[in-house]
Amino acid sequence: LRRSFKRLPISDQQRRRQLSLERQAENRGEAQRLARCLAHTILSLQDVSPSQPQSEIELESQAEEPAAQCFDVRQAARLRGPEARRWFAKQLMLPEWMIDVPDKLATDWYVCARPAGKRCFVVSSNGITVSRLRNGSLLHRFPSALPNGARTNNHMGTGQSYCILDCIFHEPDQTYYVIDMVCWGGMSFYECTAEFRFFWLNSKLVETGACNEPSNFHKYRFRAVVVYDCDQDGLNAAYSGSAPYVKDGLLFCNKHSHYQPGNTPLLLVWKDANCSQYVIDTDGKGLVPDQQQVVLELLDDGSLGTSDDPPVIFGVLENSFVEKNKLKGGTLLRFCVKEGGLGFRDGELERAELEYVGKANASKAFADSYSKVVFQYMARCSPLRIEHI
Amino acid sequence: VMAMEVTQVLLNAQSVDSTARKNAEDTLKQFQERNLSSFLLSLSAELASEEKPVNSRKLAGLILKNSLSANGPYLKFELAKRWLSLDVALKSQIKACLLQTLSSTVYDARSTASQVIAKVAGIELPHKHWPELIGSLLSNFHQVPPHVKQASLEALGYICEEVPPEAIDQDQVNKILTAVVQGMNANEPNVQVRIAASQALYDAIGFAKANFSNDMERDYIMRVVCEATLSSEVKIRQSAFECLVSIGSTYYDKLAPYIKDIFTITSKAVREDEEPVALQAIEFWSTICEEEMDILEEYASDFGADSNAPCFYFIKQALPALVPLLLETLLKQEDDQEEGAWNLAMAGGTCLGLVAQNVGDDIVPPVMPFIEENITKADWRQREAATFAFGSILEGPSPEKLAPIVNVALNFMLSALTKDPSSHVKDTTAWTLGRIFEFLHGSSVDNPIVTAANCQQIIAVLLNGMKDAPNVAEKVCGALYFLAQGYEDVGSTSPLTPYFQEIVQALLHASHREDADESRLRTAAYETINEVVRCSTDEETARLVLELVQIIMAELHKTFEAQIVSSNEREKQTELQGLLCGCLQVIIQKLGSSEHTKYSLAQYADQIMNLFLRVFACRDATVHEEAMLAIGALAYATGPNFAKYMPDFYKYLEMGLQNYEEYQVCAITVGVVGDISRAIEDKIQPYCDGIMSQLLKDLSSNELHRSVKPPIFSCFGDIALAIGENFDKYLSYAMPMLQSAAELSARPSVFHEEMPEYKNLLRNGILEAYSGIFQGFKNSPKTQLLIPYAPHILQFLDSIYMEKDMDGVVIKTAIGVLGDVADTLGSNAGSLIQQSLSSKEFLNECLSSEDHLIKESAEWARLAITRAISV
Repeated sequence: LRRSFKRLPISDQQRRRQLSLERQAENRGEAQRLARCLAHTILSLQDVSPSQPQSEIELESQAEEPAAQCFDVRQAARLRGPEARRWFAKQLMLPEWMIDVPDKLATDWYVCARPAGKRCFVVSSNGITVSRLRNGSLLHRFPSALPNGARTNNHMGTGQSYCILDCIFHEPDQTYYVIDMVCWGGMSFYECTAEFRFFWLNSKLVETGACNEPSNFHKYRFRAVVVYDCDQDGLNAAYSGSAPYVKDGLLFCNKHSHYQPGNTPLLLVWKDANCSQYVIDTDGKGLVPDQQQVVLELLDDGSLGTSDDPPVIFGVLENSFVEKNKLKGGTLLRFCVKEGGLGFRDGELERAELEYVGKANASKAFADSYSKVVFQYMARCSPLRIEHI
Repeated sequence: VMAMEVTQVLLNAQSVDSTARKNAEDTLKQFQERNLSSFLLSLSAELASEEKPVNSRKLAGLILKNSLSANGPYLKFELAKRWLSLDVALKSQIKACLLQTLSSTVYDARSTASQVIAKVAGIELPHKHWPELIGSLLSNFHQVPPHVKQASLEALGYICEEVPPEAIDQDQVNKILTAVVQGMNANEPNVQVRIAASQALYDAIGFAKANFSNDMERDYIMRVVCEATLSSEVKIRQSAFECLVSIGSTYYDKLAPYIKDIFTITSKAVREDEEPVALQAIEFWSTICEEEMDILEEYASDFGADSNAPCFYFIKQALPALVPLLLETLLKQEDDQEEGAWNLAMAGGTCLGLVAQNVGDDIVPPVMPFIEENITKADWRQREAATFAFGSILEGPSPEKLAPIVNVALNFMLSALTKDPSSHVKDTTAWTLGRIFEFLHGSSVDNPIVTAANCQQIIAVLLNGMKDAPNVAEKVCGALYFLAQGYEDVGSTSPLTPYFQEIVQALLHASHREDADESRLRTAAYETINEVVRCSTDEETARLVLELVQIIMAELHKTFEAQIVSSNEREKQTELQGLLCGCLQVIIQKLGSSEHTKYSLAQYADQIMNLFLRVFACRDATVHEEAMLAIGALAYATGPNFAKYMPDFYKYLEMGLQNYEEYQVCAITVGVVGDISRAIEDKIQPYCDGIMSQLLKDLSSNELHRSVKPPIFSCFGDIALAIGENFDKYLSYAMPMLQSAAELSARPSVFHEEMPEYKNLLRNGILEAYSGIFQGFKNSPKTQLLIPYAPHILQFLDSIYMEKDMDGVVIKTAIGVLGDVADTLGSNAGSLIQQSLSSKEFLNECLSSEDHLIKESAEWARLAITRAISV
């Protein structure tokens, strides 16, 4: 029988029941996820760690204790001093530069306007918060409202409760813009998809009060960067929409990607003059050099590689040249790109006409990546423009 | 029991003397228990005997009918099984009595017999028993007495209502339809036969698929039905229109050749015929509206575009004539119509609303002149009809089309709500405002109707309207409800924030009105408070909501002080407590959802809990559903601190779990056990023996509604996750239960046909139980205890995978369980897991799933498996 539709179509009681059930299902899912995630940290301890702190670090310090190699993120958060520096230097996920447009960009990717500033890890643990730059060096040591980020905050300060956030420190407003999350409240998010990490980040960050104005126990404000679906609207919003910070290009992130230390093609950066002051690399004085500069790593066999794994080889230095300049394997060297430029065939580098400039600045921890060199090269001759994306 | 005694007992069972009645009922019960066969036979003999009093015959038939079928699917299934197991000779005797009764000169006896025959047919025909039934009923048509013909037609109708179409051969269907249609023919001299035939045709429409595909047969049936709409007998006209409604929804695709004639017939009936007939004529067009919307929706979801949908757009074509017809009905209001009454004006308005949904923007031009012409007239009927027409077309047309009109109308409506002298008009005006806010206000609407400029005025008018007659005030509450709902996703500061306090006070005031019982005003007021609280967003209102906690607590406290004398007062008290507990639940859930406010709420937790315990204590055997829901929210908000309430609360928890009758209460209590487990974790352990044994009892009960069973399994998982390895003592009870439920879910059964989604609910519950148990035992030395159950669980996962009929939720939970087994058992289960289908095809499918939740669970499972087989 038909019911008069002049009666209200609502049954609030049914609604209350339904909302209760939804809350319960959500809480149950959460409890399960928590149980699994805790187990997870232990899994990754056994699976991943032994091969981690290798290579470059050993060049600096041979006296690495074997025990120190076997830590997981939980222990890492409690590391201090040089150990922490070394470990974190290897943990950031680094974007490749966008040199072509990935498939399914609109459906499978997020985009955000990248804040201009210092890329760093922020770790809160044991009542203190520490931020470290890409090369592992200390940026700030401060109290924060992040879980266990200050001695006096209300979050029950168990040793378990630490966080590792991937941030950009934006000088003008003294704010940490959070671009990704590695650990939260003692749980590792390495194996979670970006979609999930962003969701979690957005729901948790505000709750802690970390986005509040600075106070005695909270020295810097945190903010989550607004992330858009990479459809036309999202792209427009990120590219031309307003942001509370100075933009430095766009960051694209694949929704299904896990947090993966090192260069990854699932995280891409792109810039043009509209959304970044730094499209073309500058030299130490902040000027754009006439010729493109690249930093490459001198490998043991004398070849010059990028920071990619495996490195892309740009050329080989002759033995005599190496000896004459007293260069060692592993050193980062600066070159400029000569008239002939870079040559490609079938999308791969075929030849590069480079001229040696000198050793790279000491603050540089990594050689340039292949995609960066190519992006910079294209930026000078035929840039990938926003309309192409 | 002797035959003579049976008659007396049956008469006594209808006695006004309650002792005599009670004794008779007991005697019948004993008789049935001692000897079912002879009990049933005696009843059928009683029904068939022309010498017996009509009252004993009627009751005999009724008891017989109830011993064959029941409403609940479980009991119905059991009774059918019992009948089928009876001796064939006995059943033949009973059936002979029933058929014989159709010839009785006593109408009640014949009519009861035809209903019992249909119940027997409902059990036997699907099993191909009683093949001669239809034939013997049809043979009655050649007999002279019209009353036998009438009874046989009635029986055929009931049979068609009872059995599925595939249970009757096409050959027999043809014969039934021939007999029925002949019975309806104007040549049939007996009116009672024609009435019975037209009612039987209504039931038989679903069987006539083949006949409706044949042009000649269809033409014939349609002609007879259309002629019957012109019959001089009102009951026949009504049945004929009911047939048209049924044909419209069953054979929409065959209607095109007849639709013009049907329009002529229906519009004549709407304008001229008696109300019951006119209502059915309107119902025809409402049905066509829904049919076309269903077709277009289904087609759009399958193919994306609607250009080739199998839709004839009858409504669109009929629009120029149909709309005026419906608008006329709106003017035929009753003088003093009751709330929710169903009459011509209501049916017409409802149909107009469906037409608007069907045609969208096209409804606006033909309706607007009617509104403009009537809305300012002196006669309240015209103003009310115009307003009702306006409110009816607000769902369907695009906001772009409606916004300019609504923007103009809004001021008029606001002033009508304040000034119109007619309560009818104000009632409909408030309802229309509610519809405006429901469909044209909210974050998804581009041109907001409610703006910073008019918000204050709207609220002022609504709050004033809350003082009007109860029926008007109730509609005003509804308007406020949707006004608040529109700001649900508004972000930081809701425009309602400045008025929050005033709105809540006005609603509380309305709930205190002497006449708040009328038109469910009190309920509407509290439900609107709930929505206003739910949709509040900022910190400022959080403070006010916290103040509201104290007010509602005081209200609840007052209900205990009142002197309760009559049962009527008690009922009112219970209802009010329900509303207040519901309101507290919403507030707790709201404040509990953010860390900051959760902390402020904590200071009231003790007092709130005390009040809830008193609500429980007010009622004797049952537990209040609303209070239980609220306690779940409180447990979530207070976390580990909830443990201190357990000693006092436990007995009500147990009571709730025992409430089979009000199974909703039982289901909610099961959910609350889950909430408490998560909140207090291992502190729930002292209560687990009691809880687990009650849950196990619930699972084995046939009385308890089966929808409660899947949540009980999930609850096992919640408890196991909370108490970890201490769940070991329940394993030997819980695991076999899970195992047999898993097997049941894999078997086809009557339940699944009636409720296909139940299968997946059951699976999900079982899987959540496994997940909780395995994660709970993780890293415990008692993990070994789980190893024996692993093979069955993996088999269960494989069987779910192979059946391919699981929904997304089950897929996600299932693949997660695979990970949990691997994670907890490690190398102990490595080879077992590697052999399972789930760890290969199923896992791979999930890894490439589009659904990221499934993918995530699958990635977790893969990692756990990798580790289990590598160690």
